[in-house]
Amino acid sequence: MDEKQSSGDAARHGISVRAAEVTVALILLALGGLVVLDSVRLGLRWDSDGPQAGYFPFYIGLIICIASLVTLARALFGKADSGHIFVEWGQLKLVLSVLVPAGLFVLGVQLIGIYVAATAYIVVFMIWLGKYGWLKSLVLGLTVSVVMFLMFEVWFKVPLYKGAFNPLSFTGY
Amino acid sequence: MEDINALFHGFSVALTPFNLLLMFIGVTLGVIIGVLPGLGGANGVAILLPLTFSMPPTSAVIMLSCIYWGALFGGAITSILFNIPGEPWSVATTFDGYPMAQQGRAGEALTAAFTSSFVGALVAVVMITFLAPLVARFALQFGPPEFFSVFFLTFCSFVGMGKEPPFKILASMMLGFALAAVGIDTVTGQLRLIFGFTELMRGFDFLIAVIGLFGIGEILLSMEEGLSFTGKSAKINVKVVLETWKKLPKYWLTSLRSCLVGCWLGITPGGATPASFMSYGVAKRMSRDGHKFGSGQLEGVIAPETAAHAAGTSALLPMLALGIPGSPTAAVLLGGLLIWGLQPGPLLFVEQKDFVWGLIASMYLGNIAGLIIVLTCVPLFAAILRVPFSIIAPIIIVICAVGAYTVHNAMLDIWFMLLFGVAGYAFKKLSYPLAPLVLALVLGDQAESAFRQSMLMSQGDMRIFFSNWLVGSVMALGLVMLFWPLIVKSIARLR
Repeated sequence: MDEKQSSGDAARHGISVRAAEVTVALILLALGGLVVLDSVRLGLRWDSDGPQAGYFPFYIGLIICIASLVTLARALFGKADSGHIFVEWGQLKLVLSVLVPAGLFVLGVQLIGIYVAATAYIVVFMIWLGKYGWLKSLVLGLTVSVVMFLMFEVWFKVPLYKGAFNPLSFTGY
Repeated sequence: MEDINALFHGFSVALTPFNLLLMFIGVTLGVIIGVLPGLGGANGVAILLPLTFSMPPTSAVIMLSCIYWGALFGGAITSILFNIPGEPWSVATTFDGYPMAQQGRAGEALTAAFTSSFVGALVAVVMITFLAPLVARFALQFGPPEFFSVFFLTFCSFVGMGKEPPFKILASMMLGFALAAVGIDTVTGQLRLIFGFTELMRGFDFLIAVIGLFGIGEILLSMEEGLSFTGKSAKINVKVVLETWKKLPKYWLTSLRSCLVGCWLGITPGGATPASFMSYGVAKRMSRDGHKFGSGQLEGVIAPETAAHAAGTSALLPMLALGIPGSPTAAVLLGGLLIWGLQPGPLLFVEQKDFVWGLIASMYLGNIAGLIIVLTCVPLFAAILRVPFSIIAPIIIVICAVGAYTVHNAMLDIWFMLLFGVAGYAFKKLSYPLAPLVLALVLGDQAESAFRQSMLMSQGDMRIFFSNWLVGSVMALGLVMLFWPLIVKSIARLR
C-alpha cells in the first residue's frame, strides 16, 4: 500500500519476537508459580528430621518466577527487540507442516502402534510434502518399518508400542 | 606410573575385536548423526542408549562415546561443504570453512578440520588420562558440602560463561531443576509436583527431554530454513591430505591455544560451542592474518575445530572423576552408567578400573578410528545430506519417537518428547540455552540431596558452605561466575 507503512511492515508478517518473549516468559512464570505453590503445600520449613520436601523446590520456583519476571519486563519495556520477527507466517506454515503431522503420528502410535503409524506417516509426508509418487513412498515407508521391526522385536528383543488396537497381533510379537 | 599401567590395561580391555567393531560402528553412526539435521551427539546417544542395555557396560560405553566422537567430526563436514552447521559447535567452522570450499579448497579445509579435531581430542584425552585419576582421588574425601559446592560452581559457570541473557540461563536451568523434582522425593518419599497425575510419579526422564529439545526442536528449526540443501562437492585424496598436513605444523601456536581454551571450557561446563567461538575469536585477534579471517583462512578452521573437540572430550573428565557431566552428551553417557549399574563419581576409579580405563583407552583408539573413517568416507557422508529433507524429516521423527518410547516403555513419553520439541524450538529462537536445562534435569536430585545433607550436617546453617578452604573457595568461585555478567558490566562502566 503506501510507502510510510512499509518500514513497519515486517512486524505484521509474522509473530513478533516481543510477543513470543512475553508468551514464553508468562508460561515460565506460571510454571514457577506452580512449583512454589506445591512446595508450600509440601512444607518448606524445617521438620524434626530435617528440611521438608518443599524446602529445595521452593527456591527453585522462586528463581524461575524472578527470572521470568525480569525477562517479561525486558520484553515489554525494553526497546532492543521491538519490531523483530520471531517467525514469519510462511516459515510458521512450514514448521506447522512438520509439527502437525508429527502430532498426528504420535496420536497414531497411541492407537495403532509405532510400526503401522510410522509407515503411514512416512508415506503421507513424502507424498504430501515431498511430492513423491505413492509407490516410491510406500516402498520406503514399509522398508523403514520392517527394518525397525526386525531390529527391535527380533534382534534386540526390545518390544515397541503396538497401540491400543494392535493391528500387528497376527505376527505373534 | 600406576596410571600408565592402568592405561595399558585399559588398552587390552578395549582392543578386543568386538570392541573394535563397535568402535567403527559407533564412529560411522556418529558421523551420520552429526551430518543429519535433527540428530546430534546428545540425542543420538540418547536414542541408541536402550539398545546397549544388554551389552557389557565397557563395550556399551565404547560404542556410545565413539558415536560422540563421530558426531563431533560430522559437524565439520556439513559446515564446510554446505555452510550448515550440523552441530552448534561447528558454527564457527563455517566462517572460514565454507569460503574455502567455495574457492575449491574443500579437501584442504576438511583435512585441516579433521586433523585439528583429532589433535584437540588427543590433547584432551592425554589430560584426562593424567588429571582424572588425581581429581577422583582428591574427590574421595569430598562430603556433601563439597559436592554441593562443585554442583554450584558447575551451574554458576553456565551463567558466567554463557552468551545468552543471564536471566534466561537462570530460568532455563531452574526449569530443569523443577522438572527433576517432579515425582517421588527421595528423602521423605512424598510425591512432589505431580498435581494428582499418577503418570507423573516416575518424573521426567532427561533422555526424553534431550530427544525432544535437541531432536524435534532441531527438525522444526531446520524446517524453517526451507527444504533444499545446496553444497559443494568434496574431493579428498591422499595428495590433498599430505599437502595440508605439511601446512599444519606452521599453526602449532594456534592449535595449542585452542587446545587450552577447549580443555578449560570443557571441564568447566562451558562446552564445545562457546569454546569454538572463543577460540576463533582469539585466533582472529592474535593471528597476523587476522583481518583476512572469514575469507577462507586455514587458521580459521583449525582454531574452532581444535577447541570444539578439546572441549567435547574434556567434558568427560568431570563426568568420570566427579560424576558431574560437563555437557549434555556427557550427561547422557552418565545416564547410561547409572542404567548399566555403575555409580559415577570418584569411586568409579577404585571399583570399576576396567570400565574407566577401557573407556579412556577407547578415547585414544576411537579418535584414530574416527580420523580414518572421516578422511576416507567424506563423499559418502556428504551424499547423505543430499537426500531430500521430506524423506529425512519423517524418518528422524520416527526414530526420535522410538528412542523416547524405549527409555521407559511409556507411551506418554512420546507426547512429552513432542512437547519438549516445541519448547526446544521456542527456547532456541529466543536464546534460552538448552544445556543448563538438561544438566539440571540430570543432576537435580543429586544436587538437592547434597544440599539437604549439608543442611542436616549444619542444622540449617548456610555457613557450612564456607567452613573450610576447599568448599569455601569453590563456592566463592561459583559466586564470581554467577555474578560475572554483572562484574563485566560494572568494569565496563568504570572505564
